[in-house]
Amino acid sequence: MKPARFAYQRAATTEHVLEALHRSGGEARVIAGGQSLVPMLNMRLARPALLVDIMHVAALSHVDDDGARLTIGAGVRQRDLEMRHDTAARQPLLAMALPWLGHVQTRSRGTVCGSIAHADPSAELPLVLTALRGEVHLRSRRRARRLPAEAFFTGMMVTARAEDELIEAVSVPAVRPGTGYAFREISRRHGDFAIAAFAAVADEKELRLAIGGVAETPKARVLPTDQGLDDALDTFAWNLEARDDLHASARYRRELVRRIGREVVLAAIRDREARALKEAT
Amino acid sequence: MSRQAPAVLDAGQRHPVRFTLNGRKAGGEAEPRMLLHDFLRHVLGATGTHVGCEHGICGACTVQIDGAPARACLTLAVQADGAEIRTVEGLASAPDRLSALQEAFRAHHGLQCGFCTPGILMSLDALLRERPDCGEAEIRETLSGHLCRCTGYTPIVKAALAAAEALRVPHHA
Repeated sequence: MKPARFAYQRAATTEHVLEALHRSGGEARVIAGGQSLVPMLNMRLARPALLVDIMHVAALSHVDDDGARLTIGAGVRQRDLEMRHDTAARQPLLAMALPWLGHVQTRSRGTVCGSIAHADPSAELPLVLTALRGEVHLRSRRRARRLPAEAFFTGMMVTARAEDELIEAVSVPAVRPGTGYAFREISRRHGDFAIAAFAAVADEKELRLAIGGVAETPKARVLPTDQGLDDALDTFAWNLEARDDLHASARYRRELVRRIGREVVLAAIRDREARALKEAT
Repeated sequence: MSRQAPAVLDAGQRHPVRFTLNGRKAGGEAEPRMLLHDFLRHVLGATGTHVGCEHGICGACTVQIDGAPARACLTLAVQADGAEIRTVEGLASAPDRLSALQEAFRAHHGLQCGFCTPGILMSLDALLRERPDCGEAEIRETLSGHLCRCTGYTPIVKAALAAAEALRVPHHA
């Protein structure tokens, strides 16, 4: 499998990227780590006329932490974020999910924003972004805008990004006191696509569970913490409209939502209690 | 205003690509669409890197790019321009020698047909360099990025553990 022909431009500044996307009339694609895009090129599911390489744009390669939010630039590789000493302290859910992305051999090249752009329904980062109410920072020559994760992911590998827009960064809230997190993924083997993946955030106000790999996009619900939890999980399971595929039946996926979903929200509550204890001492 | 926009490398034309291959300068010409493994094999003649699935699943084409294991099939040759590439040809110190890791593969029957081996060696070489004290769990996690249809992986894990041990006590290697 070899890609069809395309031209290639190595951009040095964000302006170069935006200019190329603006001029191409939808025929250009941004390439960062290439770990989602190059398989699509090889299989000729994507046939862009021009690839704009953003990995040499210094302005896109930063992780910014203003105390309240972590903003991860388009050039930040998954492995680099995983290996940063402060990722777990700044946003535990991100640190929990990163080791589940593909394999170390793909995380070394793949970027955080690239996975968001690809919007695979079973991918971990779109799930984490949805669970945390993260935002996608889009920029074109026309405008800059931020979209909440749930507005950005519109379908299976379909997003609200316009053809001339660059995903400049994604941002997530940093860890807050009194908040607990949990992540779990069910797959045949570590590194395989998720049959179902779960990310939960529990704070004093609400218990939020997001599920990936079942519906066409990651979906989140606020769940009750009382005896209504099982009923709410059952409703959530049906609302996801799971389908049968090669990897698992719809029925099995619904059962995962009920059982593993329950375990993950309880784990997030326990994590909140453990963190509260740590903060108190 | 920003610097002048960088040149567009035209589709269907070949363009110079230069990088460091196993510590030496290497270069050739590639169309933008040429994958790194094809550039290594067909342009540079470095056929140690094998080509399997060509969509990032099997791991046979794994090389090291700037020190980290990566899929050559998911990397364009033009993306690798200026990078440091290491392949299985760079593991041993001389053509008639084996590295400690390669020697352990030989001693522990870590390969049969050998198709997946170059990729696995490049992943494990990076792991043993980064984490000299790694145990079986980390080795298995690294191997999860590779498919081997001969060995059942157990001899590969044994070989990797033996190599880690040999590298920790270099005079026994």
